Amino acid sequence: MDALSLLSFAAFFLTFASFFSLTCLGLNMQWGFTGLFNVGVVGFFAVGAYTSAILTGPAYPDTLFGGFGLPVPIGYLGAIVTSAIAAFVVGFVTLRLREDFLAISTFGIAVTIQLLALNLQSVTRGPNGLYSLPKPLSGLSESNLVDNLLYLGICVLCIGAVYWAFEQMVRSPWGRVLRAIREDEQAAAALGKNVFAYRLQAFVVGCAVMGLAGALYANFVGFISPQDFLPIVTFQVYVMLIVGGSGNNLGAILGGVVVWALWSGSGAVIAAVLPPDFQTQAAAVRIVLIGLVLALMLLYRPAGILRERHIVSREARMSPQSRPTR
Amino acid sequence: MQFVADGIVFAAIISLGAIGLSMIYNILRFANFAQGEIVATGAYFSLGFVALFGAGIGSIGPLAFGWPLLVSIGFAMVATSLMVLIVDWLLFRQLRDKSASRITLIMAAFGVSLMGRNLITLIAGGDPINFSFFIPRAVEILPSVRVVPDDIAIVVLAGLSVLALHLYLTRTTMGRWMRATAENPTLARVNGIDTRAVIRWTWIVGASLATLAGALQGHIVELRPEMGFSLLLPMFAALIIGGVGNIYGTLLGALFIGLSQSFAVAIGLSAYREAVSFMLMLAILLVRPQGLLGGRD
Amino acid sequence: MPAVLDIQSIVAGYTPSLPILRGVSLTVQDGEIVTVLGPNGAGKSTLIKAVIGLVPIAEGRALFLDRDITGSPTHQLVREGIAYVPQTENVFARLSVDENLALGADFDRQEIAARRERVLALFPDLAGLGRRRAGRLSGGQRQMVAFGRALMSAPKLLMLDEPSAGLSPKLTQAVFGQLRRIRDAGITILIVEQNARAALQVSDRGYVLAEGREHMQGDAADLLDSPEIGALYLGDRSRLAQQ
Repeated sequence: MDALSLLSFAAFFLTFASFFSLTCLGLNMQWGFTGLFNVGVVGFFAVGAYTSAILTGPAYPDTLFGGFGLPVPIGYLGAIVTSAIAAFVVGFVTLRLREDFLAISTFGIAVTIQLLALNLQSVTRGPNGLYSLPKPLSGLSESNLVDNLLYLGICVLCIGAVYWAFEQMVRSPWGRVLRAIREDEQAAAALGKNVFAYRLQAFVVGCAVMGLAGALYANFVGFISPQDFLPIVTFQVYVMLIVGGSGNNLGAILGGVVVWALWSGSGAVIAAVLPPDFQTQAAAVRIVLIGLVLALMLLYRPAGILRERHIVSREARMSPQSRPTR
Repeated sequence: MQFVADGIVFAAIISLGAIGLSMIYNILRFANFAQGEIVATGAYFSLGFVALFGAGIGSIGPLAFGWPLLVSIGFAMVATSLMVLIVDWLLFRQLRDKSASRITLIMAAFGVSLMGRNLITLIAGGDPINFSFFIPRAVEILPSVRVVPDDIAIVVLAGLSVLALHLYLTRTTMGRWMRATAENPTLARVNGIDTRAVIRWTWIVGASLATLAGALQGHIVELRPEMGFSLLLPMFAALIIGGVGNIYGTLLGALFIGLSQSFAVAIGLSAYREAVSFMLMLAILLVRPQGLLGGRD
Repeated sequence: MPAVLDIQSIVAGYTPSLPILRGVSLTVQDGEIVTVLGPNGAGKSTLIKAVIGLVPIAEGRALFLDRDITGSPTHQLVREGIAYVPQTENVFARLSVDENLALGADFDRQEIAARRERVLALFPDLAGLGRRRAGRLSGGQRQMVAFGRALMSAPKLLMLDEPSAGLSPKLTQAVFGQLRRIRDAGITILIVEQNARAALQVSDRGYVLAEGREHMQGDAADLLDSPEIGALYLGDRSRLAQQ
């Protein structure tokens, strides 16, 4: 492999990893800092992807709505707005629920969003998906490599901006309240904090970032279909966050890159080892492996690679099994 | 009223699966996202034993299944229970010992769910399989209401299983221990109850009923690696609508979900079946957070 | 006859870094009623929970009839003859009175009927309530179910956490009156109480805990007369507790 194709591969790999890192950052705001167990990550990612696709994509002969062909940045902005709105609605309904009901509800929302993508044919073209989505800055150069490097630049810029903003937010008094809610909801409420409002804010902010990640993905790949938004994505993002270290923004970014490297690396190895007829099996082996990574992390290193900094330890929580009175 | 008949059959299968979900929720105190894969594992084990015995699935009178399938299901219950106990021993037990939070347990279950689904794909392949080739022959039980005899048998089997569970919970020592542990695990231990044994039997009972659910679903529809996963949302909805903490509520919730899903199909929303049960669940949570039968002490 | 319970310099707490008990020693001889007194947060409840295995013991050890029980699982200790009545949530509210009682002796099933007789003889008020859900009983009746449940295991040692909490003075007297009868049936009793006067009146000996350590010990009568105890535990505090 010559240097150029290596560079091209690296650009491609890192661009993909950055979609995950960004999603991971969004989830970190919800799960890492506020303790919201959102099992519908892929749903908000999909909302962003479809929004940008509809806003920026060409007019298709078989859809009734969409094909606005707007500039890509407007697609990104639109994705942030629609996923935030979706998060507001969903959060308003579910964030008052107990943590495990929240998990079940957000899981159901992701399933519902996927069903909508699959069945609202007049908007999403159903299983056929939306294609020929424009990639920004791609007219500047003849070279595919330059295109990809430029796109990677956009992604890095987005991650940098979100990282910077999140660091400011979690260090502010607002962020302290979020952590207080995560550690002890009742105590936070007793301090006069409107727990619901804070959770809703963290949820909306996190989902908006997931939506942006979805839009970046859609316009890079150029084609999206419901098959891209299966529950496995939510799971991958959790594994990334847990591996990276939940509650640590840098860890979230790192986790995205590391786990994506493992994921694509294992895919390459399995593809090389297994004959091409065993594609289904190869995919299955990979998912079993990532499941093992999660189980081992939960058992032996729950804090992740980068631990959360100077914040009350989570071990202080009582287990649900033993509920001592005092 | 055809949809009522269809809904009851679906409810019978959901309730068999959801009972395990409910028992785990109340005794181990977490939402087991891997319950769907227990259902699927049970179905595939049943298929494995049918193949192993090589006697087909038999028939009894008008039914397209008979003793060979029932015996295979019995063996599959044991195999599935063993499997579930191994997973508990390797993963959930260790997390419990580390006093892991409820969310960690859910996350682990989510991982087990994915692994289970993909292990099934690895071993049995991703394509749908049937126990046998059977053409359902419907009979008219009421004017314009047609049901397949097998569907009636499924409802009867589910009813008998629920009755057996009721007797188990109220008449046996282990059943009493389960109810005690569900209410107050600490006080249960203080009564000399070995909660580890209670947890084992909870998994076994839940997995056995899930196996029955999976095998019956496999018989009237087909076996797919995702067959259990697509039942997960209806099962959760049944659990929550009925009010957690109440197995009888779960049964009512299952009936509710079964009827509303088949109603959705009847009015042409079959593509959104799963979403329908979920939306109903959300609506009920908003109005009655404790569920239909919840809050009754 | 060895001591029924011999606690030797126990250090224990919910988390290793924050021990609530910081070296407590205590013995209970066969046939005694012993009361442990102390202010809120002194670790009285934790002491009982450590003995029964609900709170891990970090250092020191506990002997039950000369056998080291440190770290034994709770259900085994109960089967070996230690019974414990928690202060709150001490009955299964959703189960019937009969089921609650049966649970106390489920590991000894052939004994259930005979022991139920004995428990009903001790608490005649429970007769006729067998099928009622424990959650529907009055506070006093619940406390009797909790006691009865504990006695169903035919314990050698009965440990009570604040048995008078939430009871009227009259019921408190009745409950403590029963303790003597229970002891006369051959059961050794360890009580943790805020209501020092009522508890000491029926006790043989008492210990005072403060800040996770044992502060005083002596015969119940001496403690009742002790000026320090009088000031700390028998004054306003006990009157408050009785209201």
